[in-house]
Amino acid sequence: MTRTLDRPVARRAERKGLSEGKKAERKLGWMLCAPAALVMLAVTGYPIVYSVWLSLQRYDLRFPDQRQFIGIDNYVTVLTNSYWWMAFGVTTLITVISVAIELVLGMALAIVMHRTLVMRGLVRTVALIPYGIVTVVAAFSWRYAWTQDTGYLADLFAPGAALLTERVPALGIIILAEVWKTVPFMALLLMAGLALVPDDLLKAASMDGASAWQRFVKVTVPVMKPAILVALLFRTLDAFRVFDNIFVLTNGAQQTGSVSMQTYNNLIKGLNLGIGSTMSVLIFLAVALIAFLFIKVFGTAAPGGADERKR
Amino acid sequence: MAAIGTAAPAGAKARWALIDILVVVYALVPVLWIVSLSFKTKETLTDGNFVPRSWTWQNYVDIFNTTEFIRALVNSIGIALIATVIAVVLGTMAAYAIARLEFPGKRALVGVSLLIAMFPQVSLVSPLFEMERGLGLFDTWPGLILPYITFALPLAIYTLSAFFREIPWELEKAAKMDGATPAQAFRRVIAPLAAPGVFTTAILVFIFCWNDFLFAISLTSTEASRTVPAALSFFTGSSQFEDPTGTVSAAAVVITVPIILFVLFFQRRIVAGLTSGAVKG
Repeated sequence: MTRTLDRPVARRAERKGLSEGKKAERKLGWMLCAPAALVMLAVTGYPIVYSVWLSLQRYDLRFPDQRQFIGIDNYVTVLTNSYWWMAFGVTTLITVISVAIELVLGMALAIVMHRTLVMRGLVRTVALIPYGIVTVVAAFSWRYAWTQDTGYLADLFAPGAALLTERVPALGIIILAEVWKTVPFMALLLMAGLALVPDDLLKAASMDGASAWQRFVKVTVPVMKPAILVALLFRTLDAFRVFDNIFVLTNGAQQTGSVSMQTYNNLIKGLNLGIGSTMSVLIFLAVALIAFLFIKVFGTAAPGGADERKR
Repeated sequence: MAAIGTAAPAGAKARWALIDILVVVYALVPVLWIVSLSFKTKETLTDGNFVPRSWTWQNYVDIFNTTEFIRALVNSIGIALIATVIAVVLGTMAAYAIARLEFPGKRALVGVSLLIAMFPQVSLVSPLFEMERGLGLFDTWPGLILPYITFALPLAIYTLSAFFREIPWELEKAAKMDGATPAQAFRRVIAPLAAPGVFTTAILVFIFCWNDFLFAISLTSTEASRTVPAALSFFTGSSQFEDPTGTVSAAAVVITVPIILFVLFFQRRIVAGLTSGAVKG
């Protein structure tokens, strides 16, 4: 009798003791994370909801009296507007071309930084300069380089041509500026993947008669695939937000504006909060879709995620 | 890649040296160009020469004589420093918890910060613009510091938790067994091990805040809080009819100096920080 009574009590006490320690750990974990979580929620979570709410209203700061709830009218307005689709096309074009070039150049730079026999420290140091430099500063450097009379590149293709005022050359220069700035970042992400390729494997392939190119395609790339996909995901999302370079280089003239430029113009210049917020929401959805496609279709591991760390 | 595991022949070394020089040229040409422009005299500014024909400090003298630039520089430094300190402190706390403690909601926090890292910042500009006008934060330091902290936090949390995972925490226990108090164990053992990671993170976060342009032009309207990148795009030169190329270049060089110093002195740490957080295979 006493035994059967004792046991559950003892077990309960034991369980309670265990959970005390766990409880303390949980509490400490929550307390340590709370400030960071609160700031992130307050500055992103709430504003996202708020911007969805704003996007459903007619709200122009120049005519605040006409503020009213209009449902999805703003979305219809934006999605049937040719300027929006123009900007969307420009953004997509810049994203696809610059990320493709960056992948190739980034891989080349990663191999150089990883394998070079001389001046490794110097190469790694200077490669960080484009990464660290303020985008606006780099953009001014490119703008002045191509400006008529001022620039050392202005007469490169045709003397007297104002390349930044023509659509196709201007887009090319925007892509050039984007690529220059972000190749080193791409290379650093890829270099972390390169370090994982076992030298023995490359040596074995070499002994089996594989050429340098075959070793690269058959050994290095497959081992690096996760690193490549993560780098692509990061850069695609980043490139889709392109703003600084366009703002400085062309200010969106000659139909070179991105969706971010359009949003900024509607919001800060046009003071149209309703339309600006609608564009904000649409860009958010586009980015979410890109991320979803990368993670689901290509099986990109969430960078820094718990699963990836364990591997 | 030709020389795997073998002693490097002189030919391979020369080939690598050539490739390395290409990389150096790639990275430095745009920077040297803006430096060159900043030293050109007004007369030679439009000669299109890569190297100035005549040199002058006048552009630097000019910008440091305008309150517009000095005020923007003070804003840039103050805002970036404050945002960095707060983001690193909050990030350290959260990263310690993520690296060492088990608690429900941990994965959710990692997921949310990942989302924010990928978030299109322009999507926040409209609601923040409206909210900050309502709260009186528009065109103030806190009005910029808050979004900077938010977008720096994911970066800080990832980098720091990757660093914290590498720390041999058993040493803490060992120190305590040797008779150290918890405070001593932290100060003498853990803090020195964690400091390099925290420092690296601070550099990366500072570079991020220093670089921002979109928030800086959207959430400010006057000199009160406009940072240098934003002020640059509004620079018109000392008079209306003057070409601002020289002064813009000088200002651009001034805000590039800290970046160059970071890169020169902390190259190894920056590379480690950038590669540790993102890809671990």
